[in-house]
Amino acid sequence: MATIFPPEQEQIIELDVRTDEMLVSMGPQHPSTHGVLRLVLRTDGEVVSEVTPHLGYLHRCAEKIGENVTPIQFIPYTDRMDYLAGMNMNLGYSLAVEKLCGLTDKIPEKAQVIRVLVCELNRIASHLVGIGAYGLDLGTFSPFLYAFREREMILDLFEEVCGARLTYSYVTIGGVHDDLPEGWVERCSKFLDWFEPRLEEYHTLLTRNSIFIKRTAGIGVLPKDMAIAYGCTGPMLRGSLNREKGDPPWDLRKIEPYCGYDQYEFEVPLPPFAETPVEAVIGDAWHRFYVRMKEMEQSARIVRQALRKYETAKGSHRIEPPRHLPPGEAYVETECPRGQMGFYVVGRPTKESVPLRVRARSSSFCNLSVTHEICRGCLIADVPAIVGSIDIVMGEVDR
Amino acid sequence: MGLLEGRFEKGGVVITTLEQAINWARQASVWPMTFGLACCAIEMMATGASRYDIDRFGAGAFRATPRQADLMIVAGTVNFKMASRVRRLYNQMPDPKFVIAMGACTSGGGPYYKYGYNVVKGVDLIVPVDVYVAGCPPRPEALLEGLMRVQDKIRAMHDLTKRQPLDYLVPTRSGYVQLPPEVETLQKANEYCRRRKELSTPAKV
Amino acid sequence: MGGAEIIAILVEKFGPRIQQTKPDAIDPYVVVDAGDLVDVCRFLRDDPRLQFDMLNCITGVDYCEPDPAKAPKAGFEPHLEVVYHLSSFVKRHRFVVKVLLPRWKDNVPGQLPEVPTVTSIWPAANWHERETYDLVGVYFVGHPDLRRILLAEDWEGHPLRKDYVFPLEYHGIRGR
Ligand code: SF4
Repeated sequence: MATIFPPEQEQIIELDVRTDEMLVSMGPQHPSTHGVLRLVLRTDGEVVSEVTPHLGYLHRCAEKIGENVTPIQFIPYTDRMDYLAGMNMNLGYSLAVEKLCGLTDKIPEKAQVIRVLVCELNRIASHLVGIGAYGLDLGTFSPFLYAFREREMILDLFEEVCGARLTYSYVTIGGVHDDLPEGWVERCSKFLDWFEPRLEEYHTLLTRNSIFIKRTAGIGVLPKDMAIAYGCTGPMLRGSLNREKGDPPWDLRKIEPYCGYDQYEFEVPLPPFAETPVEAVIGDAWHRFYVRMKEMEQSARIVRQALRKYETAKGSHRIEPPRHLPPGEAYVETECPRGQMGFYVVGRPTKESVPLRVRARSSSFCNLSVTHEICRGCLIADVPAIVGSIDIVMGEVDR
Repeated sequence: MGLLEGRFEKGGVVITTLEQAINWARQASVWPMTFGLACCAIEMMATGASRYDIDRFGAGAFRATPRQADLMIVAGTVNFKMASRVRRLYNQMPDPKFVIAMGACTSGGGPYYKYGYNVVKGVDLIVPVDVYVAGCPPRPEALLEGLMRVQDKIRAMHDLTKRQPLDYLVPTRSGYVQLPPEVETLQKANEYCRRRKELSTPAKV
Repeated sequence: MGGAEIIAILVEKFGPRIQQTKPDAIDPYVVVDAGDLVDVCRFLRDDPRLQFDMLNCITGVDYCEPDPAKAPKAGFEPHLEVVYHLSSFVKRHRFVVKVLLPRWKDNVPGQLPEVPTVTSIWPAANWHERETYDLVGVYFVGHPDLRRILLAEDWEGHPLRKDYVFPLEYHGIRGR
């Protein structure tokens, strides 16, 4: 368009073109976040200068319920906290109550083995959703379909042991609810035979996909010190550690073994990896994703060992828990797919069956609290990539 | 495609009313809104994913914006903080619009009914609901069945002639369940339950 | 390092400022006064023998029996506890610090009891303190941004208090 200004004024107009600071609200109903999370972004053009997460759109009062019902009755609610890893959550709460009741050493071996079995299978299922949904966040649909194909197989196995697809309530206080059905062990190992080669497919679909690398490598870098200061755990923290600098394999299954995890052989995947693309730096979204991929491999390995152990395991699948909680308090953390999930149970001094207080220390909650640090200065399009790589489950964040 | 199957082999005509034709097209392309709230959302995702494939019923195009959607599947617990958003999203949807309340939570509070100080006891307190799907979470099959009931409702609409819709709807398609062999008869089922109970009794300390 | 040794180090450093120790509990803990909390926490983080660089959890526990008939037999005086669960990335040990508070400041219902914030020591405390403020009703003095985090901004009351009455309705939606 022809200008109506004389040349010297035109320049002034040119200088006047600037970007405004804008507040953009992402969510709570937003297609590419995991659940109902609202992010308020302060943007300058395309660059995000500040991110404020707003939570609570799924606050379901789990802690209030916990202090009104008995521990066994509370088990179903733990399922519904982290609904992608119900077994792990059941286990966390059961361990906390068992620690309070002094039952920790009395759990029979068979129960322990079944617990490890189902928890590791559930970890695989949860990571599958994690990476599938991460693909969705970045705009690719097919990894999601493949991931759900394998996940459905795991859910079939779970359906056989407890009848539910998502909210299991299978691991309870004192052991597990039921023994494994006949023929389950063979079906499980058949599934593993199918699953392990499939991991290579995911690597082709995502890990080595150049678009995927472009969108995740070097994005949302989380230094180790910051991760620890903010209480980040799980793949989030492990993606920031460096094996070569002598960082410990920070996995509660290794460093504070529960449920007999010390009898299993597995590794904790820590960067640097042989497959790391040149663009990726330790602590970025790509590493967090890759740690999950590697963990699935290790979980499959643990499941194989547990299947072998199950054949010879002694004892019953469950022991009768006491009716009343002793006074005192116990805090237990377990390694859930998203990080360390802690349960804190306080018994009443008068020995009642209902606890005085139940607190869930949620791993996603802590992992999410670091968003405003790692999103600073990224582009708007990177925000879903970063939030997706944290792999949050809002049910666990808000409880 | 039961309506048209085998009708065109030798060429031919189909006679229908305009209303029926519109309804037929409408019920075969229900676009749901991506509206996952809680645990049920994972089952909704599973319904859309490889095994259950909601696309078979024409409802696989999950829309991210309410302006393009005709069906809101409220999948998960709605709490007071979310309630105003749910209502606003519903208001943004174009007519005709349908709501499926998926799961116990949206049907009436579910497990959070008694002590959930922050949970809305049923999404029908906020938006009108067409179909309730029971379960916690409902299986994907149940959600598909709920979708079919929505399609029944669409098929019975009379928005051109403004006639009153039928009082009762006749389900045109429905799923059925074949019982597994161990619980086929009542006797077998009783025996099965008794055995399971024996197996799951915990040991004494 | 075991709980008893950590307690010994703390007692040696702070003396009577550690109000109460419990080395034989399931998770050993010490009780400190609210005024000393920041000093103790800073020492716990910075001392080379302890190095508690991770704050796992902050919990508010409301010790109260709302039913007056049961209250004399409840086994505790009404009070609030704020519990800090710490762990160390380097040393791999855990510890618990507690602060005891009255249920209401100066026993005036509605005035929240006060604790100094530890956000300057562990940034993780930020959200945990907001949550404790939101649900249990403890005011963290000096917190950079003390707002409700889970419940709506205009919510009344603190639900995890034992005497909390569930709302009948919220913005026109039936609550019970
Ligand atoms: S009905 Fe059950 S599975 Fe569905 S959202 Fe509610 S608690 Fe979760």
